[in-house]
Amino acid sequence: MPSTAFMADVILAPWLVIVPLVGALLAGLWPATARWWGLLTALATLVLALLLALQVHGQGPVVLALGGWSPPLGIALVADGLASLMVLMTAGVGLAISLYALGYLGGTARGRWFWMLWLWLWAAMNALYLSGDVFNLYVTLELVVLASVALVALAGGAAPLAAAMRYLLVSLLGSMAYLMGVVLLYGAYGTLDLQGLGAQVTLSAAPMMAAVLMTVGLLVKSALFPLHVWLPPAHGSAPAPVSAALSALVVKVSFYLILRLWLMVFPELTLPGLDLLMGGLAAAAVLWGGVMALRVSRLKQVVAYSTVAQVGYLFLLFPLLWAAPGGWQAVVFFAVAHGVAKAAVFLAAGTLQQAAGHDRLAELGAVMRGRLKTSFALGIAGASLVGLPLTGGFIAKWLLVQSALEAHLWGWAVVVLGGGLLAGAYVFRLLGPAFEPGPGDRGRPLPAIMEWVPLSLALLTIALGFAGTPALALLARTLVGGGG
Amino acid sequence: MATDPVNLQIYLACGALLFVMGVHALVVRRHLLLKILAINIMGSGIFMVLLGVAAGGEGGVDPVPHALVITGIVVALSATAVALVLMLRVKAATGLARLPRSGPED
Amino acid sequence: MTRHRAAATLMPLMSLALAGLLVVAVLDLPPQSGLAEPVAGAMDRAGVDHPVTAVLLNFRAYDTFLELAVLLLAVLAVWSLGRRDPIPARPVQGPVLHGTLRHLIPVAVVTGGYLVWVGSSDSGGAFQGGAVLGAAGVMLMLSRPRELPMLPAPLQRLGLALGVCVFLAVGTAGLLAGHGFMGYPPDWAYPLILGIELVAALSIALTLVLLFLGGRHGH
Repeated sequence: MPSTAFMADVILAPWLVIVPLVGALLAGLWPATARWWGLLTALATLVLALLLALQVHGQGPVVLALGGWSPPLGIALVADGLASLMVLMTAGVGLAISLYALGYLGGTARGRWFWMLWLWLWAAMNALYLSGDVFNLYVTLELVVLASVALVALAGGAAPLAAAMRYLLVSLLGSMAYLMGVVLLYGAYGTLDLQGLGAQVTLSAAPMMAAVLMTVGLLVKSALFPLHVWLPPAHGSAPAPVSAALSALVVKVSFYLILRLWLMVFPELTLPGLDLLMGGLAAAAVLWGGVMALRVSRLKQVVAYSTVAQVGYLFLLFPLLWAAPGGWQAVVFFAVAHGVAKAAVFLAAGTLQQAAGHDRLAELGAVMRGRLKTSFALGIAGASLVGLPLTGGFIAKWLLVQSALEAHLWGWAVVVLGGGLLAGAYVFRLLGPAFEPGPGDRGRPLPAIMEWVPLSLALLTIALGFAGTPALALLARTLVGGGG
Repeated sequence: MATDPVNLQIYLACGALLFVMGVHALVVRRHLLLKILAINIMGSGIFMVLLGVAAGGEGGVDPVPHALVITGIVVALSATAVALVLMLRVKAATGLARLPRSGPED
Repeated sequence: MTRHRAAATLMPLMSLALAGLLVVAVLDLPPQSGLAEPVAGAMDRAGVDHPVTAVLLNFRAYDTFLELAVLLLAVLAVWSLGRRDPIPARPVQGPVLHGTLRHLIPVAVVTGGYLVWVGSSDSGGAFQGGAVLGAAGVMLMLSRPRELPMLPAPLQRLGLALGVCVFLAVGTAGLLAGHGFMGYPPDWAYPLILGIELVAALSIALTLVLLFLGGRHGH
């Protein structure tokens, strides 16, 4: 492609950190204009993310030594297929969240805090995805934590504050366990560079302990069953754009980091039983999240429990990682499809909630019939969560089942399919009120953008149904470690 | 500076124990201030192990862990400040500086 | 309740197991000199003489930059949580407190400035200096909160963000000039590092005082 040849020498990765950070700083220095900086930043970041993905697709992974100090002395930025796909997903969903927030929050005082913290969160996530240094990753992880905790607390009131506090404590426990792992790795190998570590890690006590601490610490953060208790209140009580950002994007951060570590640093380690244990927890999460989503009575709570279930799918990663080559790529595609669909569902739920003035599922029928665009968005994105054909979710589950079957892991394939049935049941519950007979009611007047954005995201989930091949091609350009 | 290896091992082991004490207190204690302190104790244990690692080599003290400790302290301080203010807000909203027992699920 | 009782009996056992495993792991660490040699080898191009400062402000400048960002974000997060509670007026306002502060605060300011300055060649640096300056500010706040004029809000925001802004500007300029993101032109490394450290120390001191106050300015 001519565009990739043209881009070959352009350094893009640092700009994906600089641009959102500058936006966050400007939004903080001139709070009255925060939303316009936010919008500008979102557009610029999406363009940069697209260019980066094209560049990586065209010429393979880009490793950049910061300040001209190559690792192990300095810090490297790593923009490979995995990183650039996550950055791109964040940018696409991030632009949608930003546009939606224009309508949802407008120029309110709470809106100004939202913009500032949201841009910080975005910069932090990009910095994390692009970092190639285990200690630097710790710092970016803390940035993500502080920004998302403040966003959760933004709703005010006792329940969101308690949810934010629980989330902060759980996250700090996870960060500290991760940091102890970093220290053990540095003590054993004298480097913090992901690639450098990957070339050296062998089976012995310190790296094994590091792998356990880092994995468990990040698992706590990613709310895998039974460590999920903090997630539904935190995600369910936040303002809609925040719920979308947390459920669609932030949950993926710790998943990404676990995947990155096991791909680049620990591929030589095999902890016996780990795949069974993690797969078991993943299956329990799929089951429990699905059952709870059928039992709770409020729209956003259903969506939040659906996230608990979908996090379960992400951690089918472990049984697939060693047994099925390329299995992890199916999981990453699942993460992307879930990110887009979940953002659409949470934003559509926010629109319905604002229109009706509440989100009690049983009483939403009239508003759902009155606001067909939003209900349609809820339906399509829900179909992607279930994994119905023609959606990104279908391709994702297809790939998951395919790689599980290729490795003769029948059990995990059954988990994927059974989880789909549960998801079908709770998505039907979400949509049920719309099909009751009765007149429609548009509820309170709302900015049109709050209906168009969820619909566009829902249509994007259909587009993702055709994006399997390019996404896997991009993921094939991922750095993996080992062979040390 | 050559460090006596036995001294060094005591440092490393104490750092590890401090970390575990922090984990234990974080889970067992219910008052939020104690939980926040517990996280800081975990951090101190980590920094102690890191400084022990820095002194372990033959060729003098390794400066990188010292830089990491400074960065780590600043990050821990920031998180502690946010946690303390959040604790005060929780107390103002609920009257208690502790979290409800793993709460109703909806 | 049974669940919590089970947790209460299990937790000591789990902590003991974790302690055992972790102690084994740290004692298993081989003696090695880490990055001491690469750092020593690059000191002639670092722009400063002290290895820790060279690591913080040059080799791993990106870490330090993000760490300043964490501090700034902490203030924003604290402010987003609401307005601060007023500090109760001090009942103790005797001559001892005033006399002590009158001497202590100038000493703290000089010490803080010295620590920043000396960081390039000896132990010290922006964080140490900023922490001492911040402590002076906190003492001032504790002793006479009512009489102190607070900086106007826009100036506070600018002061807080200054360290991150200057660091980011220098780092981006390095990227544009071809020295890599967060890189310096070799001849300019010392003045740039010193400038960043001075600005960062001021921002850090202000950050610490505002974090201590907890919450954004009232009224």
